[in-house]
Amino acid sequence: MPAGNATPAPRPAAEHRSGRASAADPGGRQPARVSATPAAREAIRRLRAARGGALMFVQSAGCCAGSVPMCFPAGEYLTGGNDLMLGVIEGYPFYIDGRTYQSWDTPQLILDIAPGNPEGFSLGPGGGLHFVTRASECPPPGPDQSLGRP
Amino acid sequence: MLYVPPGRRDSIVTVQPRYENFIGGKWLAPAKGKYRVNLTPATAEPICEVADSTPADIELALDAAHAAKDAWGGTPPAERARVLNAIADAIDAHSEMLAVAESWENGKPVRETLAADIPLAADHFRYFAAAIRAEETTITEVDKDLVAYHFREPLGVVGQIIPFNFPLLMAAWKLAPALAAGNCSVLKPASPTPWSILKLAEVIGDLLPPGVLNIVTGPGGEIGKALAANPRIAKVAFTGETVTGRLIMQYAAQNLIPVTLELGGKSPNIFFRDVMTASDDFLDKAVEGLVLYAFNKGEVCTCPSRALIQQDIYEDFMSRALARIAKIRQGNPLDTETMIGPQVSAQQLAKVSSYVDIGRAEGAEVLIGGQRAEIGGEFAGGYFYQPTVLKGHNKMRVFQEEIFGPVLAVTTFRDEADAIEIANDTLYGLGAGVWTRDGSRAFRVGRAIKAGRVWTNCYHQYPAGAAFGGYKISGIGRETHKMMLEHYSQTKNLLVSYSPKPLGFF
Repeated sequence: MPAGNATPAPRPAAEHRSGRASAADPGGRQPARVSATPAAREAIRRLRAARGGALMFVQSAGCCAGSVPMCFPAGEYLTGGNDLMLGVIEGYPFYIDGRTYQSWDTPQLILDIAPGNPEGFSLGPGGGLHFVTRASECPPPGPDQSLGRP
Repeated sequence: MLYVPPGRRDSIVTVQPRYENFIGGKWLAPAKGKYRVNLTPATAEPICEVADSTPADIELALDAAHAAKDAWGGTPPAERARVLNAIADAIDAHSEMLAVAESWENGKPVRETLAADIPLAADHFRYFAAAIRAEETTITEVDKDLVAYHFREPLGVVGQIIPFNFPLLMAAWKLAPALAAGNCSVLKPASPTPWSILKLAEVIGDLLPPGVLNIVTGPGGEIGKALAANPRIAKVAFTGETVTGRLIMQYAAQNLIPVTLELGGKSPNIFFRDVMTASDDFLDKAVEGLVLYAFNKGEVCTCPSRALIQQDIYEDFMSRALARIAKIRQGNPLDTETMIGPQVSAQQLAKVSSYVDIGRAEGAEVLIGGQRAEIGGEFAGGYFYQPTVLKGHNKMRVFQEEIFGPVLAVTTFRDEADAIEIANDTLYGLGAGVWTRDGSRAFRVGRAIKAGRVWTNCYHQYPAGAAFGGYKISGIGRETHKMMLEHYSQTKNLLVSYSPKPLGFF
């Protein structure tokens, strides 16, 4: 996990709005709307080595374990015309429901890992960890701020 | 009063070091012999180990359920009703033990489990005992010689996946109608809260024929699909988040079986200016109605997580509410004076915290709370978060996404039309609250809100007999009402001709 613990100032509203417009652009040529921390990338490689198959990520929402990204074997979750692929992490696609993404004001998401077992039907990287997404304006906490204990 | 944590000397709850699956009326070790540690969120210390099951265990449970289904489905309604009433009596007889077990495992304050979760669970079995006993089907006289008889038949074996926020009550919501209608169940508890359901099985397991109720614990990633996609289930019921909900529908589509889904909400709680026309019991009730966002530490699908307050009363009403929130007692869930306990897991705590950070970053004002609560002492490692209020506007992410924690997003509205527009500006439609002294307005607004349950001058009441379920992406189907019997039955039509005459076609 990055050690930086500085919280950047919120993006100005105007920039926020323009970000929304570009993220909604169906052309798909704008910068990836999802990225990953080195720890998440390492976790994906570990999961791939343990399972030996391709993966996919789907951002969830709603009750209970909502707000976390679910990790499935590639193709397990049927995506439809209303789903957006926000980007590709370590070769694997990351999807979100388009209406959910709009209602969240189209944030840039950062895939990371955190203590705790995965929920829903999600695969996890093992070792009592699960995948999480963070908003780019709220980067991962540094070690001194990290919440929860494994 | 302070209850002793389960497993300690003098506790009313005994804890074995390790729990197996409950299959076919017996405790059965998981096929691969693996177990996982189950924690209490109050201290992050282990309670016990539970089975870390694999698909082979789901198959064993399905074997047991299928072996039991014909006999249970053929049991007369009066006998099924007797069994459900016996379950309710057993829950009542062990209510304090179950309340303490559930509180310690989930973190919810024991005052809530004693007064709500456990009594409501018992009542739910009684409601469906009564409903199945009184169930009548219809006969249609198509013409004088042709009669359509309609019979209800059980589906057979159903899969039920339970959330962590009300481990026992949600199990009761799903089990009572399924068993009343003559089905057998394979039930998967939520990964963070498997144990209290196993304690319930200790209490009620002997009352049911073996195989009618089967409980398999373990991670969803390992056994969720094995259950939900299994061609040997006739229906699946799920409460949880949207992606798993969609995945379950997808599996159900592949097997052509029905689903009921309850997938959460972002429920508006609307306070019109007339709540403040008198300083009386009603105003006091309305203020409490806002503070109910902290009920069960906000881990409720219907959490009234968006408060919409009419502009001209905002300052006065909110200052009363904030004063009430400041008095919330947080700490040991087993203290009957405690009003809010820890979030259910480290994951949930981290999520709540990250949403408050997102709210700050998008410009919301923190009116109270806004950080992890430090309880100290024995509870220093617990997953506590302060009751929090964020002021902002409805387009913010903290107004649109379900935080599932004690975080209220508050905003103002101008008039009735504005209130309805904001209330409906959400993907969800599970619950809503309307507070006003004007009965006509309450009716109009309640009908205009696109949600399955509109609490009117009340909130967070869950009586059996009042239908519960979602509009929009909040889900499919209804619970807590006798219409659930339809969700758990087939309709058999016998179309009988009493005429001796041929049709005359051939």
